[in-house]
Amino acid sequence: MKKIINDPETVVRDALRGMRAAHPDLLTVYEDPAVVVRADAPVRGKVVVISGGGAGHEPLHGGFVGRGMLDAACPGAVFTSPTSDQVLDAVTKTDGGAGALLIVKNYTGDVLNFEMAGELAETEVRSVVIDDDVAVKDSLYTAGRRGVGGTVLLEKIVGAAAERGDDLAACEELAKRVISSVRSMGLALSSCTVPHVGSPSFELADDEMEIGIGIHGEPGRQRVPVGPASEMVAALLDPILEDLPFASGDRVLLFTNSMGGTPLIELYLAHGIAEQLLADRGITVERRLVGPYITSLEMQGMSLTLLKVDDEMLELWDAPVHTPALRWGV
Amino acid sequence: MGCTTADVVTALRAAAAVVQEHRDELVRLDQAIGDADHGENMRRGFAAVVSKLDAEEPETPAKALKLVATTLISTVGGAAGPLYGTAFLRASTAVADLAELDGDAVARALRAALDGVVARGKAEVGDKTMVDALTPAVAAAASSTGSAAEALAAAADAAAEGAESTIPLVARKGRASYLGERSAGHLDPGSRSTALLLRALADAAAKA
Repeated sequence: MKKIINDPETVVRDALRGMRAAHPDLLTVYEDPAVVVRADAPVRGKVVVISGGGAGHEPLHGGFVGRGMLDAACPGAVFTSPTSDQVLDAVTKTDGGAGALLIVKNYTGDVLNFEMAGELAETEVRSVVIDDDVAVKDSLYTAGRRGVGGTVLLEKIVGAAAERGDDLAACEELAKRVISSVRSMGLALSSCTVPHVGSPSFELADDEMEIGIGIHGEPGRQRVPVGPASEMVAALLDPILEDLPFASGDRVLLFTNSMGGTPLIELYLAHGIAEQLLADRGITVERRLVGPYITSLEMQGMSLTLLKVDDEMLELWDAPVHTPALRWGV
Repeated sequence: MGCTTADVVTALRAAAAVVQEHRDELVRLDQAIGDADHGENMRRGFAAVVSKLDAEEPETPAKALKLVATTLISTVGGAAGPLYGTAFLRASTAVADLAELDGDAVARALRAALDGVVARGKAEVGDKTMVDALTPAVAAAASSTGSAAEALAAAADAAAEGAESTIPLVARKGRASYLGERSAGHLDPGSRSTALLLRALADAAAKA
């Protein structure tokens, strides 16, 4: 294992210290328990939007803390959900008197810990669970679909609504609308190595790719030979389009995401193909996001996320945001 | 002969040592069908339990179990934190005011722990989770009519068998469920840690 770390035990803490050093104007970073809070918190009278999850997906979630997006993020150990103490602490530290909306990715541990925190909180708390990964087929026989790329879009849009003064019920309703309109799927060309494990999470031969991966180095649904980029993009886009389904005339936000190890040159190449495939189907791409925003450590691979947008979602997407990883309009 | 608070604390320390010893095994099991964090999360949680036990002396068995619960909830994360935390919390409530635990109290504590895990995690027997180890353990402890040590020994034997029974199963809960059929042929790490904990508690109780 070759990584720029000192000790697998302190990776998350050491990275948080670096984040604090890099963004003193945007973030207040607490270590015990680990919580990343926007520097001007608490904002009086504003609904707070809080998320969290295992570390290793950076910039998700801490990189999205700041004006117009998250009020706080709770990083767990690498690929491990945060504890309920962390979530509760985030709620307490940011409480502006208008309640808290918790954005929870659908993994058993995340759901349980956020649920416990919600039960213990003294302020009014609502939770929404995002489950946009179409790779998980039958939710009757699984823990349900995973929360993946759609989380980034959800945090931006709901964060903007909270910033403009929407109340808790409105933020929750909007979040549910986004969740029901967004779908994602990912693929891996290589595995990743969790620092405290020291060896790759799964083995992939040089000529193989794993389709339908999540964001935790867990294997996907299917292992197939590596083909050209056009085949890879279609392998992700087709199941997404069929699932919602998206149809000719729909307006969408297209998010092309790197799993961490895939460079922008390949990501733009893939994004171009996805845009063409959508144009061929009569689907209008209204907004785009391209880059590494929800990653799986150093994994090579990508995911596509498609959100069917309406005018309100577009307005909120365009609203000013000032966080370490996303910044526009300010 | 019942288990005193000191016996319970000794058993909990023994459980922590076993978790530490089997950390890599649990990581490997979880790497195969999950996300490779179970061993490290459990090690971190039980190391924190030992630190807490070093710092304060619980007055009753219930308080010792509650200390484990709150520590695991605040340090483990993942699904295991809330699930084991809930298990120890319910077990603590079940033996509330007792100064010593007999076989009957152990059986009640295990039953309460299982009910708590099922209420929070909503898994059933056959879903390839810790419930597959804990359910037969509860039944075995309930039909044991002897001491606390005998109840725990029966529970540990049944849990070990229950854990083994997860190998052919297709996971229906937790991260392994995303693998579908590919999860079959692997021992569930949560059922393994449950069996390990019960074995450690039983062995310690036998020496008490």
